[in-house]
Amino acid sequence: MNAIRVPIVEKIFSANDQLAAQNRALLASKNVYSINIMASPGAGKTSLILETIKGLKDRMKIGVIEGDTAAVTIDADKITEVGMPAVQINTGGDCHLDAVMVSGGMKQLPLETIDLLIIENVGNLVCPAAFDLGTNINVLIASVPEGDDKPYKYPAIYRGIDVLILNKMDLMPYIKFRPEYFTQGVQMLNPGLTTFPVSCTTGEGIGEWLNWLENQVKKNK
Amino acid sequence: MHELAVTENILIISDKYARESHAVKVTKINLVIGRLSSLVDDSVQFYWDIISKDSLCQDALLVFDRRPAIISCYTCSNQYEIDNELQPCPKCGSPDIFVQSGEEFYVDSIEIEK
Repeated sequence: MNAIRVPIVEKIFSANDQLAAQNRALLASKNVYSINIMASPGAGKTSLILETIKGLKDRMKIGVIEGDTAAVTIDADKITEVGMPAVQINTGGDCHLDAVMVSGGMKQLPLETIDLLIIENVGNLVCPAAFDLGTNINVLIASVPEGDDKPYKYPAIYRGIDVLILNKMDLMPYIKFRPEYFTQGVQMLNPGLTTFPVSCTTGEGIGEWLNWLENQVKKNK
Repeated sequence: MHELAVTENILIISDKYARESHAVKVTKINLVIGRLSSLVDDSVQFYWDIISKDSLCQDALLVFDRRPAIISCYTCSNQYEIDNELQPCPKCGSPDIFVQSGEEFYVDSIEIEK
């Protein structure tokens, strides 16, 4: 028996990419603007989402999909407390959300009435970068205490984002964080990246982020 | 990284093409993986031995063609390779660079018997 070579050249995550495209089309048909928020654990994903809801809830309807590795509803509870529909996805220990999970989460949300869908990915700088979810944009929250070397160590996630939020700016005086070194790393990977330095604690910079986001949602209508 | 998800997808893709080609057995799977993807080959092999059992791909050899991360400098056109951490151009120091290769992540081909 002779071995026969069968050429393939198919991306390993092509199935995910196809489903992400379906998610994207469904969201577009309902005029929902969607953002995928990624970060390491503790960078402030839930805090930023709560600040975003607080700032925009009188101007638009917001839905949230919460990705967590275990069945803890702490984050989802905080969102429903402020009166917005939230769905919790338990990834069962998986390190990331994928387009299948998000598709399931979207089915549980009243998409017709939602203007902005926020997806909180699992806290991790490696795996979420590989999975397109079908959102309009990918957002990364980096926080100052994590260190200024993160773009150099996790290039993949910095390559695939549309917006960077640098959180915990209020801690800058207490931490050795070289803004020029951090920015150089970001620029190498993603030149001209839209960046918002913020602090969820003091509220610094949150207004600029909200204005930008509100404009994006309006443009999507 | 999510090696289990990667391995499952490799199996699904290989199995699909093997069936379409009326294979009785898949002997080899050629993967092209860039240096910038943080995939651990040994973990994929470990999962592979478990999940490919009783499929057309059982005992198929996984071959990883690892592509280096090659960076090009916009300022001086120098090309250089990075191993672990990203670096500005070592020749002229410019951070004005682009990734030439290293982000490959696909199943290139399979070898089958029929």
